[in-house]
Amino acid sequence: MQNRRAKLIFIYIAFIGMAVAVLFPLYWTLLVSTTTKIALFEKPIPYITGFVVENYSRPFLTDLYGGYLLNSLIIASGNAALVLALAIPAAYALCRFKIRGREHIFFWLITNRMAPPASFIIPLYMIFSGSVFRGIRLMDTHLGMILVYCIFNLPFAIWLLKGMIDAIPVELDEAAVVDGCSYLGILWKIIIPVAKPSIAVTAVLIWLFSWNEMLFASVLTGTRANTITCGVLKFVTVVGIDWGEMAAVSIVCLIPAAILVGVAQKHIVAGLSFGAVKE
Amino acid sequence: MHGTELKGWGFLSPTLVVLGFVGIFPFVYVLYLSLFYYNIFSLRGMVYVGINNFRKLMNDPKFMSALSKGLLFVMVTCGVEITLGLAIALLLSKKFVGRGVLRTIMTLPLAMAPVAIGSMWIVITRPAVGPVSYWLGKLGISYDISESALQAFFTTVIMDVWHWTPFVILAFLAGLTSLPREPMEAARVDGAGPWQTFRHVIFPLMRPILVTIVFIRIMDTFRIYDEVWALTSGGPGTATKYVSIHLVRMVLARQEYGYGASMSVFLLYLTIVMCWVLLNLITRVKREVYAE
Repeated sequence: MQNRRAKLIFIYIAFIGMAVAVLFPLYWTLLVSTTTKIALFEKPIPYITGFVVENYSRPFLTDLYGGYLLNSLIIASGNAALVLALAIPAAYALCRFKIRGREHIFFWLITNRMAPPASFIIPLYMIFSGSVFRGIRLMDTHLGMILVYCIFNLPFAIWLLKGMIDAIPVELDEAAVVDGCSYLGILWKIIIPVAKPSIAVTAVLIWLFSWNEMLFASVLTGTRANTITCGVLKFVTVVGIDWGEMAAVSIVCLIPAAILVGVAQKHIVAGLSFGAVKE
Repeated sequence: MHGTELKGWGFLSPTLVVLGFVGIFPFVYVLYLSLFYYNIFSLRGMVYVGINNFRKLMNDPKFMSALSKGLLFVMVTCGVEITLGLAIALLLSKKFVGRGVLRTIMTLPLAMAPVAIGSMWIVITRPAVGPVSYWLGKLGISYDISESALQAFFTTVIMDVWHWTPFVILAFLAGLTSLPREPMEAARVDGAGPWQTFRHVIFPLMRPILVTIVFIRIMDTFRIYDEVWALTSGGPGTATKYVSIHLVRMVLARQEYGYGASMSVFLLYLTIVMCWVLLNLITRVKREVYAE
């Protein structure tokens, strides 16, 4: 009994330690976003003393950050829609059709996902600026960013959906074939309805990846398609950081993440581990 | 499995077209560019130089230092994350009130934008503003990541540990709960203590999940860019200029497309080799454990 209690106390100490460690940077950023510039340079005060609305209103209403949010929203949603439209048939094909070299396709997909984004910067920059194919100019457009995020999100989605479609019994398809259903019909009437929850989870994760991405966005967009993550970075590189506003923009940038953790918490770990870990 | 190969390719083709445009073509193009001297500022235009770029790369102290710093970062970060993650997961594997809450809290960093995490860490570490340097200053430790290379390196490590240890913990927890119960019961009946049970029963069964997580973490830390760039911009000096940052900065600042392309090819080559080795390891470990 004594031993059990000691163990529980130990667990709760670890619990509180973990919770504090994870939440502290977030809490402090929230705190800074509510503080005036002058108050910041005094002794740090670990609780919220007031609320400076200007930190939020100035960047989003008078500055360009409202537009950045809209750009992020368009790009993330567009990318999620495009990736799903492509990945569902592709995953179906890889699961249910005899395709030579399937293993190689999978290896290629996973390498694609793991490749350093930095190594794609040069060719993408040159293609986007129109110096490879004359006439194609994707630099600083929403369409360009929607396409470019397919590099990592499409292999990821195929990988995730493949695991989910594999779990659907093949007998369902075969019964439909006997009934004279076409493959497109099977995909539309059987696979998609059965895999709907998994498709929703995939969509949520892809949306989040696109929303969070910064490197491609900072190199391949300028003024028209700048995303919110580029906006966060702008504070850092400009001389003399406006702490309150930077914190406020970071907090707003994190809102979708917080919402999605609430909605799809269980699937985030499974998703990040390519379905290798199931909770 | 059913259906003809041709129809299968039909379903795959839209994906192949898009990935061909944004993935395969850039890959081929970067291979091609890596054989040229090509600097936008130079009047010479594109000059074929064969494998000279790679020869230069192998003797480039700046690149080698960025690569070794990147690899050191991978080793330290993954080592800390895996050990810490496994220990905490074992501790939290018991049922207790509030486990769900902790789980939610730990999932939070996983969903956050890396660049926002970088800016959060600026807010807490910058001298004159951040609480960390203030409190450390009270203890008599001067802490300034824009001055001390060592502190900057370890701050990036701690930031990544903060960001990703929860993932390791949650993944291990999921793995622990899915383990079969009988071997553990049997070990207890045989009188094994907690450490012996872990060493001889739990750990061997956990190996597939362990190698999978190690694989994911190694690949992710190797290509890190956003958070570190936001926090330190690769500085002070080149202390946290890991390999991705080095590449992007060189391309953007000096417009060395040919040389940068050879660097990209080298990184992609390393990625492919690491993926191949680690995926084979995963397959082998899985086969060993599940065959038992």
